[in-house]
Amino acid sequence: MAIIETHDLTRKFGNLTAVDHVSLSVKEEEIFGFLGPNGAGKTTAINMLTTLLRPNEGSATVAGFDVVKEANKVRSTIGLVPQDLTVDEDLTGMENMVLQARLYHVPMSKAKPRISEVLGLLGLTKAAKRKVETYSGGMRKRLELGAGLIHYPKVLFLDEPTLGLDVQTRVAMWDYIRKLRDEQKITIFLTTHYMEEADTLSDRIAIIDHGKIIAQGTPYELKESLGGDIIEITPYEENQDLKEILTSLSAVKEVKNAGNVYRLKVINGEETLPRIMEKICANNIKIRKVSLIEPSLDQVFLEYTGRTIRETESGQEDVWRMRRYLRRVRG
Amino acid sequence: MIDEVLALTTREIKKWFKNPFLLFMMIIQPIIWLGLFGKALNLTGLVNIDTSGLPPEVTQQFPQLINQALNSLFGTEDYFTFMAAGMLSTIVLFTAMFSGMSVVWDRRLGFLNKLLVAPIRRESIILAKMSSSVLRGLFQALLVFSIAFAFGLQLGNSFGIFDFLGIFFALFLLSLGLSSMFLAITIRIRSHETVIAVANLLNLPLIFTSSALFPIRQMPDWLQAVAQFNPVTYASDSVRTFVLHSQAGIDIATVAANFQFLIAFAAIFTIIGLMLAQRGLSKN
Repeated sequence: MAIIETHDLTRKFGNLTAVDHVSLSVKEEEIFGFLGPNGAGKTTAINMLTTLLRPNEGSATVAGFDVVKEANKVRSTIGLVPQDLTVDEDLTGMENMVLQARLYHVPMSKAKPRISEVLGLLGLTKAAKRKVETYSGGMRKRLELGAGLIHYPKVLFLDEPTLGLDVQTRVAMWDYIRKLRDEQKITIFLTTHYMEEADTLSDRIAIIDHGKIIAQGTPYELKESLGGDIIEITPYEENQDLKEILTSLSAVKEVKNAGNVYRLKVINGEETLPRIMEKICANNIKIRKVSLIEPSLDQVFLEYTGRTIRETESGQEDVWRMRRYLRRVRG
Repeated sequence: MIDEVLALTTREIKKWFKNPFLLFMMIIQPIIWLGLFGKALNLTGLVNIDTSGLPPEVTQQFPQLINQALNSLFGTEDYFTFMAAGMLSTIVLFTAMFSGMSVVWDRRLGFLNKLLVAPIRRESIILAKMSSSVLRGLFQALLVFSIAFAFGLQLGNSFGIFDFLGIFFALFLLSLGLSSMFLAITIRIRSHETVIAVANLLNLPLIFTSSALFPIRQMPDWLQAVAQFNPVTYASDSVRTFVLHSQAGIDIATVAANFQFLIAFAAIFTIIGLMLAQRGLSKN
């Protein structure tokens, strides 16, 4: 059964269509990855699903409730862990959790055990009495995650859950997210621009670019859809015959060249590569570089858009430092 | 809904008490104001003019004359008492001016989004901002009152608990009205610089077109007309009436008129603030 369903969901900002007729459905208790480069419309989509923004067109239901007409019912069934750190730095971890519980009308008798359960699950029991100011980036994100869980939501929305975290912390975060799904039996909808995050974490993925869904499926299906492995060959000098020679091989399904770089789609790359090399040698063509690229979501994205996902990690830490600084200065 | 407002107000108050520097500033600021402004402008000091060239019959009359003049001007011989009473309204104004600031911060830090996805009423968010601003203003006013007392505020000889409550009721209404007004003005603003600019633009006119620091009777007619619409005037006058409560009693009709204005002011802006909550807080 689908717990999230959207039909032609659209949101415009002036002339820009941030989300363009997006239709998708998310099954119960799955981790659904929404993958796309920065500015593709992921956050706008999440903002509509969590009732923060109204769609201009189309509709969406979460847990059976319409996000526009039954906004308050949607709100009480979901948890949102936004991109920004929204826990209050001036309060302790525990105080943040209690505030969250009160905002979701969880009675204190129920909230107390739930808070200790969630804090335990996320390894924050010891830090609970400390001001959030003293937490590391990873701890803050975990607390944020915990805050989204207090009211037993059916769906948890995670907007870029590991943005700006270092590699070890990111891997630890993935473990926590999997643990949540397994132990709490909730559906997780996450956005990310990290390929490997979408790949290792999600049961199913939708790839979004310029507001449109360009591919949907399990990571395996998406990679399969590439129709094999990719081999890139760069000869020393451009050769008119090379394309024909390569195409004549039965294992080679497709050859595209961008200038001097030949991009081959092949079946079973590891075994085909030696055959290709033999053939090229037999024709006396000198090769500068050969690479065998295993199918990855990066390749899927490249295949559908002709671009790779832009990596924009730098500067995030600076932004956070500035925010922390500004908050302390506030009067 | 009450629990929502309580939870959010508790958050604001907790944040405030966890900031020792802020608390220190809150105590030191009124001391500076009262000390510098109140004592530097101590008009009673005018008595110490050089009178050596005048015959003693005249100089003997001098203090009395000046006291009479001060009394007719300020309603008391002590300008410090007059000013300190007005300072209570001024400090409430200063606190209320920045009621919108925390909305800007909550918006910037994403905390507002967290509130907007929670199943709570939008009005609760605004009410919590109002109530924390009012509590803060009243706490500041209580500090100023205590400090002024220590500095030599002369209470009228019939001053009692009801006068004290009256003072704080007037300040409560002023604070509620002003906090709501500034919240309503700044609710859509996204930068704190703009909030500061708005506050600075409005604060001096509000103080100087009121009776907070100087009686309006001495103002030109047009300024008096403006002062008639300034809530700070009504609050200052009410506070002063209670502070100076003497055996002569209080003019109930004037007090009632003052409160009438203050209640209307607070009610109108609270309603406007709540009406703006739904649209003003949401994204786009």
